[in-house]
Amino acid sequence: MKINIVLSALMFSVLLVGCGGKEEKKTDGFSVDRKKSTEKPVETPAADNEVPASQRITLDEKGVGQIKSITLDPEIDMEMASTGEAIYNTNCTACHKLDKRFIGPSPRGIMERRSPEWIMNMILDPKLMTEQDRCAKDLLIEFNGAAMANQNLTVEETRAILEYFRTL
Amino acid sequence: MKKYKHYVFALLGVSLLLAGCGNQTGKSSSNGALSSSAAEKVYVAPGEQDEYYAFLSGGYSGNLTVYGLPSGRMFKEIPVFSQFPTSGYGYSEETKPMLNTSFGFVPWDDAHHPDISQTNGELDGRWIFINGNNTPRIARISLSTFETEEIIEVPNSAGNHSSSFITENTEYVVAGTRFSVPVPQRDMPINEYKGNFKGALSFISVAPENGRLNLEFQVLMPGFNYDLSHPGRGKSHGWFFFTTYNTEEANSLMEVNSSQNDKDFIAAINWKKIEEYVKNGGGTKMPANYAHNVYDEHTHTGTSTMKKEVLTVDPTEVPGAVFFLPTPKSPHGCDVDPTGQYIIGNGKLSADLTVHSFDKMIAAIEGEKFDGEAYGIPILKFEDVLAGTVKSGGLGPLHTEFDANGNAYTTFFISSEVVKWKLGTWEVIDRKPTFYSVGHLMIPGGNSRKPFGKYVVAMNKITKDRYLPTGPEMEHSAQIYDISGEKMELIYDFPTHGEPHYAAGCPAELLAPKSKKIYRLSENKHEFATISPNDARVERNGKEVHIYMSTIRSHFTPDNIEGIKVGDKVYFHITNHEQDFDVPHGFSIIGQNTSELLVMPGQTKTSIWEPKKVGVWPFYCTDFCSALHQEMQGYVRVSPANSNIELSWSLGE
Repeated sequence: MKINIVLSALMFSVLLVGCGGKEEKKTDGFSVDRKKSTEKPVETPAADNEVPASQRITLDEKGVGQIKSITLDPEIDMEMASTGEAIYNTNCTACHKLDKRFIGPSPRGIMERRSPEWIMNMILDPKLMTEQDRCAKDLLIEFNGAAMANQNLTVEETRAILEYFRTL
Repeated sequence: MKKYKHYVFALLGVSLLLAGCGNQTGKSSSNGALSSSAAEKVYVAPGEQDEYYAFLSGGYSGNLTVYGLPSGRMFKEIPVFSQFPTSGYGYSEETKPMLNTSFGFVPWDDAHHPDISQTNGELDGRWIFINGNNTPRIARISLSTFETEEIIEVPNSAGNHSSSFITENTEYVVAGTRFSVPVPQRDMPINEYKGNFKGALSFISVAPENGRLNLEFQVLMPGFNYDLSHPGRGKSHGWFFFTTYNTEEANSLMEVNSSQNDKDFIAAINWKKIEEYVKNGGGTKMPANYAHNVYDEHTHTGTSTMKKEVLTVDPTEVPGAVFFLPTPKSPHGCDVDPTGQYIIGNGKLSADLTVHSFDKMIAAIEGEKFDGEAYGIPILKFEDVLAGTVKSGGLGPLHTEFDANGNAYTTFFISSEVVKWKLGTWEVIDRKPTFYSVGHLMIPGGNSRKPFGKYVVAMNKITKDRYLPTGPEMEHSAQIYDISGEKMELIYDFPTHGEPHYAAGCPAELLAPKSKKIYRLSENKHEFATISPNDARVERNGKEVHIYMSTIRSHFTPDNIEGIKVGDKVYFHITNHEQDFDVPHGFSIIGQNTSELLVMPGQTKTSIWEPKKVGVWPFYCTDFCSALHQEMQGYVRVSPANSNIELSWSLGE
């Protein structure tokens, strides 16, 4: 009963604030919502009781897919990297931004966390990866269930994106 | 004890089941065996695919529907002549031009006779053509994208019914008028029809490399009704055959007045001869006004051009090009067998089928054995061209298709049946009822040199009790018969959409491997495409606002837009950045006076929105695209017309 009363009071106040919101300056009244949203992300990874997938280092994992082994030249191929940058800008930036966590993680620093094979397999067949690779599966959960889109890129195009990631 | 009881019951049950099975097969051995094999024949197990594609015209739906054979499952409705809110066809800015005509925007038609392109008389699976009957048009549909790519209006025509049939190398798609009209159109008394009206038969060329249509010439025939047609093939390649009725040239109470003559004609047109005549400068150019609409797969945009001239041919000026073959009782279907030797006239008010011989026709022409003339066109003697008569005992023959073994299959409307008969001997081999009042029938490749004679689909005009009733209006029924044996076997019933007239079919392996899965974003040449989400933006040009928006699972870029004002014309140009098979995104916004858009991967589509009310208005994705589909939404802030709020847009800020 008590809870009910508290809840309905809360609802009522929200309604009141909502009505007030029509006048532009009172829109700040929604700060209740904002607090809620900052609390949530802290809870989710904690439930797993380990390092969030996005911060985990899995350099030994090659992932699942057609890329079995890649040897990177010590020198970055700048021409390939700029091709990769163009492909990245067209096909990836809707979800991956360099300067922030967006729909998915930023590719910055990915070379220190994931193997080249894992990165390419993830781009080439994200569905297979999220089904069969532990880290990819955890990333999907960490990123709100937003499944990565298969952009139907060729191995060559994917390799170019990888080269671009080396420059970041 | 309890356990024991269960066993007893289980045993009893099993034995009952067994007995049941035994009884069934034992009692009615033929029926039982038939029905079980019929089920097996049409059953396409979950996850498996059909052996044939079937394209059924939608009749008054204006569209084309795609089915699988033998399952009868409907795969798709392809919008052709009608607006289609499901995809936004005819509503989006890109596709509105496809429905432009000399009468303005015509958002509907009556689609009748699809025909698949051919090479050397065999189906090649590049395109399928279909006619709009009401506002005469011919459409070409790509069989890799399953989208309408081109629509050409046919001038001087009315009731574009003896269409759209193609010659054996897809040199032409042919469109004949059912209703004769004054040519050119003019203000004149209707009862002066006789001798004054004309029937235009149009030959539209098809460019081999890209399928582009061009109206090359029109043969202006006497004012009869040109009902159906088919091309010659093999030895008769170069000829085209049209059935006619109303050779009485009646203009009223046609039901009676058009059925007076004992015989009407099949018009035989030597189009190669007329083509040559035209190439040598023959024919008369005549002012005209007709639309030619082309959709480009790379710009994802249709354009409409008005054409101003048409080349007409007076058939009496090309000797040896046009002849009339007397054919009894208002013939409807005009069908040519796979060898090109026999031309079948389905005299709809007769009980018999008339079969003309191409060889005999040529001999009669060479021997100049004429039986008079009609408006200067020689009439051949009936007896001289007749190959035989099929006396079936059925009533109201309409259409004939063929298998690869010298058999023909004819529908009888009045007696509701399909009759199988032998070419050459004219003997009836089998007959099976249809449910009910069958119109066309279709055998995949059944009007080509190479039919695939495994199934025939009969398309009926009346459904009655075949399915659960759904009020006064019911979808038309179709029946599938297995024709691989000597006798036909009815194996399945399925409902269709609209009113299928003719259909076309082909082996699945001809189309499935080359069916397009996505449009490449890198090949998108749309004027208002957003190729990179970084280019997503909003631009104002006076009262016009262009929103360059991209989509991917599951958000719009941008999703917050401010600075729109009441009275603006807002163009949402949506580019779908998905590059994966079967991941379209939808777009709709409150108060949109058109339809939603369904944007395929890599494609750009545009919807116009004219906000009338101040407020903050949501838009959202209409196609359930991912687990976060419900989150795929955004807002547009609409301010008063005199507001000075700057344009701004954002995502995630």
